[in-house]
Amino acid sequence: MNAQAHSAPLSVAGQRSESLKAAAVALLLGTVLVFTAGFSHSATIHNAGHDTRHALSFPCH
Amino acid sequence: MITRVLAAGLAAGFVAGLLVALLQHFTTTPLILAAEVYENQVALDARPGVVLSGMHGARLILAHVGHDAAPGAEAGDAWAPADGLERTVYASTVTVATAVGFAFLLLAGMLVAGDAIDRQRALSWAAAGFVVTGLAPAFGLPPELPGMHAADLLDRQVWWIGTAVATATGLWLLLRSRGVALPVLGLALLLAPHVIGAPHPADAGAGRVPAELAARFASVSLSVHAVLWVLVGVLAGWFWQRNETPVVAEA
Repeated sequence: MNAQAHSAPLSVAGQRSESLKAAAVALLLGTVLVFTAGFSHSATIHNAGHDTRHALSFPCH
Repeated sequence: MITRVLAAGLAAGFVAGLLVALLQHFTTTPLILAAEVYENQVALDARPGVVLSGMHGARLILAHVGHDAAPGAEAGDAWAPADGLERTVYASTVTVATAVGFAFLLLAGMLVAGDAIDRQRALSWAAAGFVVTGLAPAFGLPPELPGMHAADLLDRQVWWIGTAVATATGLWLLLRSRGVALPVLGLALLLAPHVIGAPHPADAGAGRVPAELAARFASVSLSVHAVLWVLVGVLAGWFWQRNETPVVAEA
C-alpha cells in the first residue's frame, strides 16, 4: 500500500530520506504549536488562548 | 520538500484556523461567556485553588481569573486580554496556531507513512486526527466550560496527552500493520486509557454550571473540533497538490 504511492524513479531512497526529514520538522513544529496553544502552564498563554482551549476540549485551568 | 511541507501546513492551518475561529465566535464562545456568569458566582464564594469545605479535596476550577474575575478574587496577577475584540483576536490567533499545528502533524504522519498526499487521503487522516485529539480524550474528559468542576489540571493534561498518543499509535497499528499480534496490540492501546480511566473529582456534583449548558457545549465543541480537522485535512491536501512541481510529477 505504501510503496505504490511513489512513482518517481529518480532516487527513491533519496526521496524517502527527504520526506522523513520534512516529516521530522513538521512533527516538531506541530507538536510545539499544539502543546503551546493547548497545554502551556504560562498564565499569559493560558489567558490569551483560554476560549480556544475550552472550545477544542483541551484541559483548562 | 521541507519548504513544501511548511507552506502547505501554514496555508492550510491559517485558512482552517480563521474559518473555525469565526465558527467558534458564533457557537462555543457564547456558551463560554454564559458559563462565566456561573463561574463568577463561584468566585465570590472562593478564591482560586482554595479547597472548599465539604468538597472532599476536589478543587474548583476557576477560569481566567485575571481578566473577568468577580470582585474579591485575586485579579491582575497575570496579563489577560480585555473582553470584546481583544479577547476574540487572541483566541482566534491561538485557534490558528492550533490549526497550523494539526496541519503539520497530519502532513508529518502522511509523509512517514509514505502516503500520497491529496485531499481524499488527507481527509481520512484528518478523521483519524479527530479521533486522536477530539473523540478519544472527550470519552474520558468531556469538553469543559469555565466553572465546571474537574480534577487536578496536571492529572487531566497527562491523561489527555497519554490518551492522544496511545490512540494515535493504536490506530496506526490497527489500520496499517499486518498479522494478528500488532493489530491486537493496537486495539489494546486504543482501550487502555479508558480502562485506566480519566481523572475525575471526588465530588462530581459541585459545579454550578447548568447541566443543559454543559451538554450543549460538549456537543457543539466536539462538532467544531471535527470541522477543524476536516478543513485542515482537505486544505492540507489541496495546498500540497497545488505546490506540486512538474519535475516531481513527471520525473
